[in-house]
Amino acid sequence: MDKHQSYWKANLRLMALCLSIWFVVSFLFGIILVEPLNNFHLGGYKLGFWFAQQGSIYTFVVLVFFYSYRMNKLDKEHGVQEDEEK
Amino acid sequence: MDELKLYTYIAVFGTFGLYFAIAWWARAGSTSEFYVAGGGVHPILNGMAIGADWMSAASFISMAGLIAFLGYGGSVFLMGWTGGYVLLAMLLAPYLRKYGKFTVPEFIGDRYYSNIARVVAVVCLIIASLTYVIGQMKGVGVAFSRFLEVDYGLGLGIGMFVVWVYAVLGGMKGITYTQIAQYCVLIFAYTVPAVFISLHLTGNPIPQLGLGSTLADGSGMYLLDKLDLVVTDLGFKEYTTAKLGSTLNMFMYTLSLMIGTAGLPHVIMRFFTVPSVKGARTSAGWALIFIAALYTVAPAVGAMARLNLMNTIQPSASESLEYEQRPQWFKNWETTGLLKFEDKNDDGKITYVADKEKNEMVKVDRDIMVLANPEIANLPNWVIALVAAGGLAAALSTAAGLLLAIASSISHDLLKGVFRPDITERTELRASRVAMTVSILIAGYLGLNPPGFAAGTVALAFGLAASSIFPALMMGIFAKSIGSKAAVAGMLAGIGFTLLYIFQHEGIMFIKGTAFLGDMARNWFFGIDPKAFGAVGAIINFGVAFAVSRIINERPPEKIQKMIEDIRIPSGSPEAATGH
Repeated sequence: MDKHQSYWKANLRLMALCLSIWFVVSFLFGIILVEPLNNFHLGGYKLGFWFAQQGSIYTFVVLVFFYSYRMNKLDKEHGVQEDEEK
Repeated sequence: MDELKLYTYIAVFGTFGLYFAIAWWARAGSTSEFYVAGGGVHPILNGMAIGADWMSAASFISMAGLIAFLGYGGSVFLMGWTGGYVLLAMLLAPYLRKYGKFTVPEFIGDRYYSNIARVVAVVCLIIASLTYVIGQMKGVGVAFSRFLEVDYGLGLGIGMFVVWVYAVLGGMKGITYTQIAQYCVLIFAYTVPAVFISLHLTGNPIPQLGLGSTLADGSGMYLLDKLDLVVTDLGFKEYTTAKLGSTLNMFMYTLSLMIGTAGLPHVIMRFFTVPSVKGARTSAGWALIFIAALYTVAPAVGAMARLNLMNTIQPSASESLEYEQRPQWFKNWETTGLLKFEDKNDDGKITYVADKEKNEMVKVDRDIMVLANPEIANLPNWVIALVAAGGLAAALSTAAGLLLAIASSISHDLLKGVFRPDITERTELRASRVAMTVSILIAGYLGLNPPGFAAGTVALAFGLAASSIFPALMMGIFAKSIGSKAAVAGMLAGIGFTLLYIFQHEGIMFIKGTAFLGDMARNWFFGIDPKAFGAVGAIINFGVAFAVSRIINERPPEKIQKMIEDIRIPSGSPEAATGH
């Protein structure tokens, strides 16, 4: 069981990291801090507005692939990958 | 027949023919094929199917229009309806895939070793999915009546028939492959007009970049700055900063849509169709890419359509369009009742301002922003025909996914799971097809006689998914100590409060005149809109479940703890998870 517990802990750590980024780009940059960020510009976009309507979505895509890539590696490191891959 | 109509018939019936052909090729022969497409769908293809499953008539037809009129406030839909996939990919999809059965209520019933939990989940699922499907049916009716000038009811009937053929025949297998085709149709139909419009306005063919570019009219002004200027001139709120209620309301609204998205059974179900846990993870990523392809274009479509509309009707604050000079698209949409003009000051000109007393555009339906966008921008007829086919693809693909979720919860969870466990696979399959047929008829009836206004019903679907299904699934995986009584109490409390708040504002089941607001102000709970209440319901659900678990000191049996350990790791067969 120890092997499974350390795997689960590593998973939770990775998840916490990803969800923090998820929170920062959407709720923090897109909503809470939108006004101060709007003082900066990205081309014709106000920066806060850009995060709310574009940037957060791009980050979400990267996050999901990053999580999936790291988890597949974690699976192998802890020897819990699916049977057909062993 | 004019050219536009001919093209539209070709686009619409050509795509329908394609869906029928796929349905025939992918007929389902077993319950496994009917519920989960045999479990062998490639992650990329599944991602595409999720995209079509997810992007409904509302995403395709209404969302850009919502953003066009809400401006920055519309961001809640963009972040909410994509951010949910991050939650789904990390918190639910891989574990539910490992569990490896057919339906969402089945997991809830097994994990909480309780038929009551399973039935509560079924009821939530049916209400959420059925209300959601009404919107799709209405979308089909509107698309037909506008583009083919067919009667709304007849259009609805044709749509019902098409879905019936491929969903009943093919089950999840047929739905999966038609959804893949529908994704291609809808994304092409959405992107092509957007590229044209972006090119026309800014000279940049990529709408996401065009939105941040300068205008091509030689002024050197940024498109968004120009839009801000035009709308504020007429007394509307500034486009790039207009909030949707308070900051807290926007926060909760976004959160509610995110966890509602992650809790919608027709989306979760699609993750049962991939062959592995690894596949479920990557599938979520691909789904999000395919969804982002539309969701990052939508804000550009919204802003550009708004600018085009303003420029047509009111080239500047002091200069209004003569009503007699109105363009053809204006006349077309007036006949549908989606645009309405009333010459309040009898000057024969159209005054379009924020001030309600003076405004003469008494109705500008937001759906026009996508449906009429190609006409407003003077795009060729084949592009307009494409939008009709795309809107129908979006509505039909989502309707099919929802109907399958409903049918499988009736035949698999209620009939096989609770009432008649001894039926054979053949009987179950037949029951599922009957349940789906009945659901289509009910959905069609409700599409003809919509209860309340349809926008409210989507709030109900998300509210239910967010306040009941998402927390139950999440605790099922992450909180080993939560047992059946705590989970059921949590679900009932979450649903109860959410429904109370929505119905109190909008009427019981959205029947007008039954709202029981008393002397409480609208949005009395910290200024939170009823549509944004799902997140509060979810917090109540978690809170009640943990409190009850503590108080009655309930621990799930050893077997269930073992099952949870088992779904947390990808290796091994899911056999340990046999539940009751």
